Amino acid sequence: MATGIPTSIQTAPLLKQWVQLLADGRFQIYSGKVELGQGISAALVKVACEELCIHPGQVDLVAGHTALSPDEGYTAGSLSIEAGATALRHACIYMRLLFAIQAAEHLAVNLEDLTLDQGMFGALQSKEKIGFHALAKDTNYALIRVDTPLDQSRDVKKLIQQPDEEFIRFDLKGKFTGAGFVHDMVRSNMLHARILRGPHAEARARLVDAAHLRSFEGVTKLVIQGDFIALLGPDEGMLLRAYEKAYATIEWQLPNLPAFQEIETLLTSLPSVDEKVVAQGKALPSSQRLTRRYSKPYIAHASIGLACALAEPMRHSANKAGLTVYTHSQGVFKLRQEIAAALGISVDMLDVVHSPGAGCYGHNGADDVALDAAFLAHHLQVPVRVQWTRQDEMSVSPLGSASLIELSAGVNDQGRIADWQAQVWSHSHLNRPGWLPGNNLLGAWALDPKAPRPVQKDQVLPTGGGLRNIIPYYDLPALDVMHHFVPEGPLRVSALRSLGGFANTFAIESFMDELAESATVDPLEFRLRHLTDTRAKHVLQATADAANWNSRGEGLNGHGYGIAFGRYKNHAGYCAVVVQIEVGESIRVQQVWCTVDAGRIVHRDGLLNQIEGGLLQAISWTLKESVTWGPAGITSNCWDTYSILGFDEIPQLHIDLVDAMDQPSIGAGEVAAGPLAAAIANAAHHALGVRPRHLPLTPDRLLQLIHSQD
Amino acid sequence: MTVFQLNGATTSTAVDGKLPLVHVLRNPCDTKDVRFGCGAGNCGACTVIVDGVAQQSCGLSTESIEGCDVFTPAALQSDPIGAVVLQAFLDEQAAQCGYCINGILMSLTALLKRELNPSKEKIIETLNRHLCRCGAHARILRATELAMHRLQAKG
Repeated sequence: MATGIPTSIQTAPLLKQWVQLLADGRFQIYSGKVELGQGISAALVKVACEELCIHPGQVDLVAGHTALSPDEGYTAGSLSIEAGATALRHACIYMRLLFAIQAAEHLAVNLEDLTLDQGMFGALQSKEKIGFHALAKDTNYALIRVDTPLDQSRDVKKLIQQPDEEFIRFDLKGKFTGAGFVHDMVRSNMLHARILRGPHAEARARLVDAAHLRSFEGVTKLVIQGDFIALLGPDEGMLLRAYEKAYATIEWQLPNLPAFQEIETLLTSLPSVDEKVVAQGKALPSSQRLTRRYSKPYIAHASIGLACALAEPMRHSANKAGLTVYTHSQGVFKLRQEIAAALGISVDMLDVVHSPGAGCYGHNGADDVALDAAFLAHHLQVPVRVQWTRQDEMSVSPLGSASLIELSAGVNDQGRIADWQAQVWSHSHLNRPGWLPGNNLLGAWALDPKAPRPVQKDQVLPTGGGLRNIIPYYDLPALDVMHHFVPEGPLRVSALRSLGGFANTFAIESFMDELAESATVDPLEFRLRHLTDTRAKHVLQATADAANWNSRGEGLNGHGYGIAFGRYKNHAGYCAVVVQIEVGESIRVQQVWCTVDAGRIVHRDGLLNQIEGGLLQAISWTLKESVTWGPAGITSNCWDTYSILGFDEIPQLHIDLVDAMDQPSIGAGEVAAGPLAAAIANAAHHALGVRPRHLPLTPDRLLQLIHSQD
Repeated sequence: MTVFQLNGATTSTAVDGKLPLVHVLRNPCDTKDVRFGCGAGNCGACTVIVDGVAQQSCGLSTESIEGCDVFTPAALQSDPIGAVVLQAFLDEQAAQCGYCINGILMSLTALLKRELNPSKEKIIETLNRHLCRCGAHARILRATELAMHRLQAKG
């Protein structure tokens, strides 16, 4: 790998793969990182404007289009700024430097005397100005490569910068007042479709009376292929009514599911593959030892909008019938490959194009529904729009894996950790399309010939899936990590925001408080004495200062403060959190203080939005959420049975962003969840004197804990 | 045949009158600014204003709006109060994915048309009919305050 060249540039080395000059004088920029609602589009436009000194109105962004944009893998892992924006910035700087040389020549001035404003090069001593478009006429633009290190020793003198406020999300106004999502796309001869799926991803219809299904008003076509059953019709309302009637006629066959039970008992009772993954250092003598278990349940993505896709036949060449698929997938290139495999066609016959969906927090049903639509459009040779139902969204879509973590550590008389052992029981946290051999699209398991479900495998450290963030960011003399990988469980699981990092950070940061208590040291001081990274220390101290940590009092009166820290993946953004809670019948988070260091900030409001959202979503996970099931499938299949945070439960947020301008940008979209959960548990202990270790921290759980103390 | 006013224009539809309004608005009427969320009256995404009252269009039959005034997010900009609410949401960038916002804009506009200075409790009660999954709540609350502030300043 060449040093100093962003990974995405190595995959897409030509300037035209990142920036093209449009005939109307504007700039088209390309990215593999798509707008999932996280605001990346505004950040990417800002990067191009900063480096080319142009105005946002001069820029068009194309992202996530298999025929046009660079393949930057998935929009996932908090890498859109760290990798995506960094690559685009590299290409834009490269372009500026290259064109500056020509501009200097053209204007007969020194390169260092050049100014650049609104995309026009000029100089004080020259009346003439010249822009990128005019200069490009003398180049062979299509051949310009950008995959060599940047040399910024010679650069234009003056870059005009626009204020941050110029770079608002350009998609929001349209979405608020009109069509803006893949759900809103229509074609004139389009059919709507609903797929009959049961209450579990692997449920199969026992007997299907095709004539009966076809008889419902609103159904103009019925497609049954293998275990895949689709109802289609031109009117969505009528079709949905028919779907509900049809669904009621079907008896579902389910795999034998392990009973719904405590995560601790469930995960330790299932077969596991056990592997020691870390064994390092030498334990110091210790005077006391603590061993504790923590758990996190299965969590649903539970997006407000349903999975949806539109596929339409198109002619790629004279004789080959191809398809265009519009999808809210996180990875259009991998999806194209998996759809092609499932349909038995060549990838050349498919264009997969990103189109916005409702909030995406990981691998949800977006990819599955894209195959549903692609199969039907391919089979029927008409445009087909498929939308899932609320039940599909909550039960056949992948869910976030459950985790059990056991931590054990010795503490010596000086109040320092002498050794640390961790054990994790969890499934895979990564079952994305294309991640493993086999096919991870739901429809591919139902359509004949049925594709095998991939053999389950988790991502290994240092990135980790179930093990993400299991290595504490603290100085420890000895560390030992055991992975009990549980390949099969009751539910279909895959990536949900921060993967195992949420549970592991929750466990580590709860345990740090327990260790601090056993050593009778303040939890903040205990953390600081085990940290050497000054940026980590800074976010902790700054958050504690903002929350007036030292005045928090003794607690035990129903009011409590808790603190926690995490560095996502141990190499991305730093985050410290203090929460103040009040406990009545349930825990109410009243205030959250949070400090984040994500290196150089590219788009301040976008980062702030990610942190706000990450904190609030994590409060919901921590206090309320758990997927439930029974022998007849998933029971948390609607908003009545799967409750999320409401507007009456929103705390005051005090967020501080460290502006580390001299540091590279590091991922921040997932930093907040783990620390937030632990801070709440730590605050509950401060408020009540009991230690909640199993999520979610519902009123029932708290009552149990309080009674078990009596 | 159901006849109603859709954003000020007389509209008629021949669909089965028992169908939920949301499908009629989104499909035959092509008001794609109305979102479908759960179809069960839980999430608020499909909220529109019917005769001045914010209602979830998945829970209304089409025949029940015969002769009614239906107002959807597409008409926000042409409404003096709706335009202020919309602009406040844009100024605060009060969204992540934005899917839940259209319904929220409807509920807040209906509320602020009734009372210019609703209590904090009333605002929370109104917003509590909506779900947001991205965690944009804090921004939505700030945008609501900004809209109220601007409307009060205008008198």
